[in-house]
Amino acid sequence: MDSPLLPHGVKRCSTWAFFFWTLPWVALLAWGGLSAFLCLWKGLNQTNMSNIFAFALWIVFDLAIIALGAGAFFTGFLTYVMGQKELKNIIKPAVIIGFICYSGAMAMLGIDIGQPIRGWFIFWHANIHSMLVEVSFCITCYLMVLAIEFIPIILENRKLEEIKELRIFGHNLHEIMAVFAATGTFLSFFHQGSLGGMFGVMYARPFAAREGFYIWPWTFFLFILSAIACGPCFTILCTKLTEFFTRKKLVPDSAIQLLAKISAWLLSLYVVLKIADYLGWMYGIIPRSGLTFESFFREGPYGVYLIVLEMILCGILPAIILMLPKARQNQGWLIIACLLNCTGIVLNRFLFIVVTLAIPVMPFDRFWGYLPTWQEWGIGMAVVGYGFLLFSAAYRYLPIFPQERELNPITE
Amino acid sequence: MKKGNDHGKNKYGMVIDIDKCTGCGTCMVACAAENNVSVRADQSDKERTITWMNLYKISNGKEFPHTEVSYFPRPCMHCDHHPPCVSVCVSTATKLDFNTGIVSQIYTRCIGCRYCQAACPYGARYFNWWDVFPQDKGMDRYLTPEVSPRMRGVVEKCTFCHHRRMRAKTLAYAEDRREIEEGEYVTACTEACPAQAITFGDLNNPEHEVSKLIKHPFTFRLLERIGTEPKVYYHSTRDWIRKLGDNFLPGEYTPVVNQTWAEEEWSTKPGRDEF
Repeated sequence: MDSPLLPHGVKRCSTWAFFFWTLPWVALLAWGGLSAFLCLWKGLNQTNMSNIFAFALWIVFDLAIIALGAGAFFTGFLTYVMGQKELKNIIKPAVIIGFICYSGAMAMLGIDIGQPIRGWFIFWHANIHSMLVEVSFCITCYLMVLAIEFIPIILENRKLEEIKELRIFGHNLHEIMAVFAATGTFLSFFHQGSLGGMFGVMYARPFAAREGFYIWPWTFFLFILSAIACGPCFTILCTKLTEFFTRKKLVPDSAIQLLAKISAWLLSLYVVLKIADYLGWMYGIIPRSGLTFESFFREGPYGVYLIVLEMILCGILPAIILMLPKARQNQGWLIIACLLNCTGIVLNRFLFIVVTLAIPVMPFDRFWGYLPTWQEWGIGMAVVGYGFLLFSAAYRYLPIFPQERELNPITE
Repeated sequence: MKKGNDHGKNKYGMVIDIDKCTGCGTCMVACAAENNVSVRADQSDKERTITWMNLYKISNGKEFPHTEVSYFPRPCMHCDHHPPCVSVCVSTATKLDFNTGIVSQIYTRCIGCRYCQAACPYGARYFNWWDVFPQDKGMDRYLTPEVSPRMRGVVEKCTFCHHRRMRAKTLAYAEDRREIEEGEYVTACTEACPAQAITFGDLNNPEHEVSKLIKHPFTFRLLERIGTEPKVYYHSTRDWIRKLGDNFLPGEYTPVVNQTWAEEEWSTKPGRDEF
């Protein structure tokens, strides 16, 4: 039915099969739509957020997907600025994943703020001292950059390419992509960092507070490093998932292995620095605040096991697997390492957001716990549904894997 | 943040005498009524109710008959110099007034991102999870005309009843005075406390009672060591209460009674923990 729109020389499932494939993701979107409607209409009382958990599931989701979406800018940087030609085979899916993550995060933030109509106040009444202002400015600009990077990919659609003006426009955009890749890198560095800075500057919350360099707490640099360490792994995971569902090889191993190797080095560096950060915090900020490391985990559902999981199972272990050429060349180990790496980043963001707020600072206050409502899950799951839909549609209608034809010749 | 308010004209603050506080909650009620704090029919969800002035029940943790119970009334601390909530606000909706030392909130500019709530270690900031007041119940007739009610989706906090300061200033100007006298401007909680446990005034004015009280060795602040510099002080002769005002590592806390200078200067009674 939609065959005139499909790319040349590749095999795609039937329109009906594609239609049924989209149904679960549309259902997730509908769940999210209902949740969003309730939150906007009735207010944030529909969530389980509270005056204690001012930030909750949505912010964890936001920070997590923004970190995971870092594959877009970092792969762009490696491809266009560092000249790693091999990565041209994976840059398009990386950009689309980045676009999904960032646009999804922006949409979630729009519901998360109590007065969405006043969202523009961030720009109009900007408080330049606030890390969140830097985050908002950079994310908004970077989303525009991602949209610009996405346009030439869309224009490669078979039908759109037939229009001469669009083809020339897309080609010219492609020519200057290095400029956008560099801009994206600059913007991303700052908002990934500011997202970390947001928590490091909360000097009155000893669990999150960090010392640092000039105005930037150490979390600023650690968030950048962790994002570029896990972003490529998330890109690998998404590619492997697409390969699993389409039952095809889409990206040559050399591109995947290069990303995995870069990720390994970055993750190893991150783990070393993160351990130093934990030690500096344990022997600096915590005792200075009159607290001990154990006192943070005296009560409540969030135990020290979270840090053990974050650092050992989801930090050191994937770094070792990815470092060993034999291990990362094995599909199973590669996927396990990527999964662990991404989980570690989500755990790290969870610790900075939810656990920070669950721990009381006043000695006579109590520990708190939090469970999201179905409306909160709905919004989060809608981003997942949106991601699957957009990526599936992009795969179906756009030639996002340049090597697909060579790797899967159609034999008829 | 510049260190501006050291040179500011006034620096309002309060001293709460924990030993006088009975935990009756009048300050909470007076505050809510004065400041048009939103209420709901069911106020049992304490994580989401709004209590600018909140009471924390504390105990020395000992078994009967040595049990002692007391209360920490906790308004906004109006942190000085660099309040944790001010620098983080995205839309400049909260600020520290260098002329009064009051940390205020501009409700119509707040976008409800709640970053300030996350940054405040005292839990003194509250988000409006619901629409204001139940409609059509005639409750609008009880509103204080000088205080704007807050809309859903914004953060609010204790303002040290700064509308009362404006009122006192207007009165002073009408009487051809440039300054307001001590006691002309006090917060609703100060006025309402039946035990007179709260003293409010200008910390910059050496004549005011508060600026004398804050020099007392039994006076302390909540979480002083993390550097928020609160302008709300507490006073207690009991060591276990002063110890609960901050986090201390074992051996770090030194009871005031052991300091001879305190005894000499103030001839205070030893803390009750000693008995």
